[in-house]
Amino acid sequence: MSDYRISHIAALEAEAIFIFREVAATCQRPVMLFSGGKDSIVMLHLAQKAFAPAPIPFPVMHVDTGQNFAEVIDYRDRRVAETGVQLIVASVQDAIDRGMVTEPPDGTRNRIQTPVLLEAAEKYQFDALFGGARRDEEKARAKERVFSFRDDFGQWDPKNQRPELWNLYNGRVHPGEQIRVFPLSNWTELDVWRYIGSESIPLPEVYFAAEREVVDRGGMLYAVNEFIKVREGERVFKETVRYRTVGDANLTAGVRSEASTIDEIIAEVAATRITERGATRGDDKTSEAAMEDRKREGYF
Amino acid sequence: MTDTLTSREDTHELLRFATAGSVDDGKSTLIGRLLYDSKALFDDQWDAVEAVSAGRGDEYTDLALLTDGLRSEREQGITIDVAYRYFSTPERKFIIADTPGHIQYTRNMVTGASTADLALILVDARKGLVEQSRRHAFLCSLLRVPHMVLCVNKMDLVDYDEVVFKRIENEFKAFATKLEVPDLTVVPISALKGDNVVNRSEHMPWYQGPSLLHHLEKVHIASDRNLVDVRFPVQHVIRPHSGDHHDYRGYAGQVASGVMKPGDEVMVLPSGFTSKIASIETADGPLEEAFPPLSVTVRLEDELDVSRGDMLCRPGNQARVSQDIEAMVCWMDEARPLRLRGKYALKHTTADVRAIVKDVQYQLDVNTLHRDETATELGLNEIGRITLRTTKPLLCDDYRRNRATGGFIIIDESDNRTVGAGIIV
Repeated sequence: MSDYRISHIAALEAEAIFIFREVAATCQRPVMLFSGGKDSIVMLHLAQKAFAPAPIPFPVMHVDTGQNFAEVIDYRDRRVAETGVQLIVASVQDAIDRGMVTEPPDGTRNRIQTPVLLEAAEKYQFDALFGGARRDEEKARAKERVFSFRDDFGQWDPKNQRPELWNLYNGRVHPGEQIRVFPLSNWTELDVWRYIGSESIPLPEVYFAAEREVVDRGGMLYAVNEFIKVREGERVFKETVRYRTVGDANLTAGVRSEASTIDEIIAEVAATRITERGATRGDDKTSEAAMEDRKREGYF
Repeated sequence: MTDTLTSREDTHELLRFATAGSVDDGKSTLIGRLLYDSKALFDDQWDAVEAVSAGRGDEYTDLALLTDGLRSEREQGITIDVAYRYFSTPERKFIIADTPGHIQYTRNMVTGASTADLALILVDARKGLVEQSRRHAFLCSLLRVPHMVLCVNKMDLVDYDEVVFKRIENEFKAFATKLEVPDLTVVPISALKGDNVVNRSEHMPWYQGPSLLHHLEKVHIASDRNLVDVRFPVQHVIRPHSGDHHDYRGYAGQVASGVMKPGDEVMVLPSGFTSKIASIETADGPLEEAFPPLSVTVRLEDELDVSRGDMLCRPGNQARVSQDIEAMVCWMDEARPLRLRGKYALKHTTADVRAIVKDVQYQLDVNTLHRDETATELGLNEIGRITLRTTKPLLCDDYRRNRATGGFIIIDESDNRTVGAGIIV
C-alpha cells in the first residue's frame, strides 16, 4: 500500500464503483439487468459495494425468456432476497401470450427478448440500464462506450456514438431515450473470474464442472434438460462439463472441463484458446455481424 | 500460481495505451502480434478472421479484421472508431485504445489519448515521418499522455539499416522538443517479422534498447499520478436513512489526486468551510489512506452542507475557483461548429455547469502548429484556444498539472451530444 500502487483488479473495481455512483447521482430512473449469470452477479456485488452502507438505490430487472436453467432462477431469487433489492421480471412468455412478440419456429427466444426489454423500459420509464457486457466478449462490443446512448426506439447507432473522454460520462437523455451503462466494459473473462475468487462470491452450480448428460450438436455439447430434447438419431452421453456463460438453457453449451473450483476455473480460463462466446453460444454463430445487428435493434 | 492469481494484492498493474497510425503503418499487424504472442487472441477469433480473409481472396490473413468490429468498417476496410483491446502478461494487464489515424478521426485519437498512460506512434521506416506522425505526437502531448513510444516499423524492408532508423529518430526527437513530451522511447521493429516486438531482434545488433513489449511491461507509471494535490470531487452523498445508520452521511467519490488520511484537515470548495476527515470508508472496511484511482467514501467530523459537484481539498493547497476559463478545445461535432457567443453545457469532474464562448483566440493547424487568429469558430476535428464564462465556478487546475481536474467535455443542450473536449490552460 505504501507505494500507492493497486492491482489491476482493484483499479477495475474502483472504475466500476465510480460508474455505478455516477449513474445513481445523475440519472432519474436507473435499473440493473440481473439474470443470475456471472457478469450480472459481479455487477450486483459491485453495486452493493458502491453504496454501502446504504442499500442499492435502484431495482434490478430480469428479462425472463422462460428458458433459463432452473438453478439459475433459484440463485437469482436467493440473491435478491439477501440484498433486499427490488426485482422486476419482464416475462417473454407473457409477451408471447399477449401476442406482443411471436416465438420463432426454432423456439429460440434470444432475439424476442429485445422488444420485451424495451417495453419494460418504457413502462417503468427507465433512463439508464446497467448491463454486464464486456468489450472483450465480441468485436462490436469492443467499440461500445461505457455510457452507450439509445434513441427512443432503443437503437444503437455505432457510427454516431458520443465521444467518451477521461471519466466524464455523458448520461443526458431526453424522455424516451436511454443510456445503456456497462460498468464491466474493461474487464476480461479472466478478470471476472479472479474477482469472483478474490471476493468469494457464490455462483450457481452450473458454472462448475460436473458430469452431465449431453448431446453433441455441431461440436457443441448441450446438456439434456427440459429445453434440450434429444432429437432423433442423437446420442446421449455423459461428459464432465461446465458452463462458461449462462444464457438460455436451450442455447448455451457446456465445455469439457474438470474445473470444479474457482481456482481451477481461473487456471483453465487463463490457458484457454477459445473465446467464451465462441465456445458456448449458439446465438452468436449466425453471422460475422450477428451481435452488431442485434445491438442495433436494442439488444444488450 | 492460483494463489497469486486470485489475490487482490497481486501487483499486476494496469497500463492503458493508445495506438495511432493507419493500416498502412502496420498498426493492425502490430496489435495482432501483441495479442497473439501474449495469447490474448483466441483460436476461434483467428479462424473467423482467416475465413473472412480467404473468402475475400486476400493474399494473407488480414489482421485488421480483428480490430475492425463494425460492419461498415469491414466493408470499407477502414477503422472508424476507437476499439478497446485487452491482453496481459505476467507483468501487467494492458488496455489498448486502438484509434484510427486519419485527420478526420482526430476526435477519436483525442478520446483514446485522454485516458492513456502511454501513446504508441507508428511510422513506416521507408517513408519516415509524415504529417500524420507529427499530428499524433502533437495530440498526445496536448492530452499530456505521460509516455510516448515511437515505433519505426517495417525495418525488414530497409535491410534493418541503422542509418535509416537514426535519421527518423533524430528527426522525431527534434520535433518532440517543440512539444511537451516527458518521456520518449524509440524502438526499431518489424511487426510482420516480429523483430523487437516481444523479443529482441537478432537482425539489429546495433539497437541496445528493450523490445516494445518489454518496455510496455517495465515503463514506470506509478509516478505519473498526481499524489501531491488533494482533490476529491464529491460524486454522490450516501445517506442510508436506516436503522443502524441514522445519522450516517458519507461523501462518495474517486480520488482525483493526492493522498487523503483520516485526521487531515480539508476544505470544501466552493463554500470554503473546513473540517477534518473522520474516516475513509469502503465496503471492505476503513482505509488508512486513499489515493487515485480509489473509489471511497469520506466522512467529515463536522456536519457541513456538501453535495455533488463540490470538492474536498487541503486548506493550503486549493483548486482554482473560477468562472473564467481559458482552454484548448478539440471540436467533435459534425453538425455544427463551435461558435463565438455559443452556449453549451459543460461536464467537469462531477459538476455540471453552463457556459458561453466569450472568445475564440485562435484555431491551431495540427499539422503545422500554425495559429489562425482570425478564426471565429471551430469545425469538426479542429483545435483551438477559447475563453469561456461559466454560470457557476469550476473547481479546477491546469490540465498540465492535473488531468483529472483540468479536463472537461462540452455538451450540446439541444440534443445532449458530446460535441467537444476541453483542457484548461
